[in-house]
Amino acid sequence: MSHEPDYLALTFSDIEVLPMLDRREFLKKVGSGIFVFVALGDLVLAQDPDGRRQQFRPQAPDDFNAFLRIAEDGGVTCFLGKTEMGQGVYTSMAQLLAEELDVQLDAIEMVMSDTGRCPWDLGTFGSMSIRYVGPTLRKAGAEARAVLLELGAKELGADASKLETVDGEVRVRDQPSRKVSYGALAKGEQIQRVVAGEVTLKEARDHKVIGRSEIARDAVAKVTGQAIYAGDIRRPGMLYARILRPPAHGARRTSLDTRAAAEMDGVRVIEDGDLVAVLHATPDGAAAALGRVRADFEVPESDLDDQNIFEALLADNARGRGLAKAGDLKVGEEAAAHFFDSTFLDGYVAHAPMETHTAVAEVGAESATIWASTQTPFMVRDAVARVLKMEAPKVRIIAPFVGGGFGGKGRSPQADEAARLAQLAGVPVHVEWTREEEFFYDTFRPAAVVKLRSGVDARGRMTAWEFDVYHAGTRGAGQFYDVPHHATTSYGSGWRGGGGPHPFGVGAWRAPANNTNTFARESQIEMMAAAVKTDPLEFRLRNLKDKRMIAVLTAAAERYGWTAQSPAGSRGRGIACGIDAGTYVAMIAEVDVDKNSGQVQVRRVVCAQDMGLVVNPRGARMQAEGCITMGLGYALSEDVRFNGGRIHERNFDTYILPRFSSVPEIEIDLVDTGVPEANGGGEPAIVTVGGAIGNAIYDAVGARLMQMPMTPARVLDALA
Amino acid sequence: MKRLLRFTVNGHSHALDTSADRPLLAVLRTDLGMTGTKYGCGQGLCGSCTVLVDGKARRSCSLTLATVEGKDVTTIEGLAAGGVLHPLQRAFAQEGGLQCGFCTPGMIMNAAALLLDKPSPSHDEIIQRMEGNLCRCGTHVRIVRAIEKAATAVEGTR
Ligand code: FES
Ligand code: FES
Repeated sequence: MSHEPDYLALTFSDIEVLPMLDRREFLKKVGSGIFVFVALGDLVLAQDPDGRRQQFRPQAPDDFNAFLRIAEDGGVTCFLGKTEMGQGVYTSMAQLLAEELDVQLDAIEMVMSDTGRCPWDLGTFGSMSIRYVGPTLRKAGAEARAVLLELGAKELGADASKLETVDGEVRVRDQPSRKVSYGALAKGEQIQRVVAGEVTLKEARDHKVIGRSEIARDAVAKVTGQAIYAGDIRRPGMLYARILRPPAHGARRTSLDTRAAAEMDGVRVIEDGDLVAVLHATPDGAAAALGRVRADFEVPESDLDDQNIFEALLADNARGRGLAKAGDLKVGEEAAAHFFDSTFLDGYVAHAPMETHTAVAEVGAESATIWASTQTPFMVRDAVARVLKMEAPKVRIIAPFVGGGFGGKGRSPQADEAARLAQLAGVPVHVEWTREEEFFYDTFRPAAVVKLRSGVDARGRMTAWEFDVYHAGTRGAGQFYDVPHHATTSYGSGWRGGGGPHPFGVGAWRAPANNTNTFARESQIEMMAAAVKTDPLEFRLRNLKDKRMIAVLTAAAERYGWTAQSPAGSRGRGIACGIDAGTYVAMIAEVDVDKNSGQVQVRRVVCAQDMGLVVNPRGARMQAEGCITMGLGYALSEDVRFNGGRIHERNFDTYILPRFSSVPEIEIDLVDTGVPEANGGGEPAIVTVGGAIGNAIYDAVGARLMQMPMTPARVLDALA
Repeated sequence: MKRLLRFTVNGHSHALDTSADRPLLAVLRTDLGMTGTKYGCGQGLCGSCTVLVDGKARRSCSLTLATVEGKDVTTIEGLAAGGVLHPLQRAFAQEGGLQCGFCTPGMIMNAAALLLDKPSPSHDEIIQRMEGNLCRCGTHVRIVRAIEKAATAVEGTR
């Protein structure tokens, strides 16, 4: 009784149109309805305002794609290139549209992350969906509503100014019987509009759906096992692949013998240059075949490891880029009563999404479809097109539900692998990285060093701040304390494009660079507060002018019940605050430290966050809780150990994720300071976790941790 | 070596002519086309692949077909009875005990075994029994809340 899931169950509209169609052809193919198009150029501008990502821009930015349709049954379909990977855009983006259109949330169908049907999209990262594409989507909704009002005025014989839109209907105000449904207005018509510059959006005070807590719309599919991920796709004749992997990055293959594997029942061996794979009708069959492939590799010698990497990072002589500067550091240093010169270290961490990189590829002579777990379907489309030597529009990438990304599913090379193998084998091919492959090919968050020199005067005012970050990146390095003399410099490319002495790939990891930078900054702040014997909350408030930061700090302190008295025994509390994706976060962590074992148990975390306009408060809270929980890992236990190109972490036995017993009580306060636009929600609350815990450890036992993760061994070292 | 292996999945009996040392996870997902059960680590370290075997939580990646011969396997697809969500499924959805949803089937099946065993577990018992299931999205606090809520619901129907 093998059940046949509907593979388009996430994206199941009757519109099965391929992207090479221009607007006119598209309209010929689809039925009636009201269509709102978006100029790709506008989407580009919204998502890449400073042109930093030129290379990823669409080939035809002057093109238009359908953004939404209202059909004759009144149903609204929204085509959106974003990926749902747990952050809740499947729900919150629909809320934006329901608000502007005045329809029930249920009336909206989201067709997402399908390059065959959705307008171009940069990708789902950087907490940018709601921030950057949200406003365009709202405009599309408002545009559609304006059309409906025009049509309704004609139909009802009333002046448009006398009309209102409620629940999928146009009505004459105060005359409830004079009304017409959106579906009826769309019937038999084919109306097209383009999202224009000037559209009036609803005022915040009129919001009914924005700001309302909604249960995730995909929750039922996910609790019943019906939600489809890339690895759940089954195609006729599909074979499962396992690929021969080197034992280390930089290794070169010196011999290969696939005869024993090829002799096995139902096994096909594919060899194409660097790519050696075995295919079988079952994944375990493919695994067994790979076990019979013999190969030798030459691994380059290297002394580089997770201990000495920091020296290598500093020795790299990377170019520095000044980010901010004011006053004269010398003057600031002279004015200081206490001066600190610190070096903070942060190791490599893995993304470790529960779903490994997975793809299913079906490749024909003319076109290809690849279902892939990816955050960036359009980028992957362009990459696969190059691999297959096809034009990009002939390649369709569908990212069904994605089982977590966190920045690690951008590039998605498994899609290239599946596509190449499918083309060579002439059958659909399924590639699912094993957990071991996932740890090996992950683009880790880069190890980094922060050198921080700062001074404070006898009255507890900061006088100087010199912040040099090496190889982490710039995000979160910004200076928001009120210091007269400061300079911030970023050395190396950070995670963007790798580089540096990393022996393997590095990349963006949830709030890239900001976890490292905030840990350093907030640790140093409390070191200075301790030197002038000032309460760390008081110290921050004394050195801050930024109203939003003051607001979140005050809110967190109030919620926590902060007093001048620190907890007794080896319990402590620590503060950290930061800014990420426009959102302000203040966090207080309370920990117990076992002085004998060095074990840190986080008991309670209070987080106050000002994220501007909140679309789905429940979703926002869930994201913040997720951030805090995930943050425990980089703060306390996650560390990628390696030697040269050999990665020692292979699975969850040595790479320790936060577990149920490690999770504290979590309280989230959403602070409203009247910021009208939406700031990021998927990343900000993670940036303060390391700093708050580090400070709490110091408060508890007087040990100052200068390196993350703050493992029991490092806590014991700091205590000694 | 192939032979005929009989076992039950979600109340349906199966007789598969295959080798007995194959992992149950692969057979469920491939031969039986039931993709609700997920691969997370393949080594019994994450719990994504958890199913019930005769009412006990087992990791299907590390279980051969031979060990389930003649037994009753329940997967996430079989938990809702007659189209009605299991209290755990409802509570996970309502409490928000999931984000990306990839760990969710394993979490729910592991919790289902717990509730079969202990209809009203304490907070600490929940943590202890769920400890081996990993969630990278960090939905733990809400999963615990969902299990507590479902336990009350199950208790209420007794
Ligand atoms: S896949 Fe079975 S325990 Fe992880
Ligand atoms: S919900 Fe994503 S791993 Fe648990």
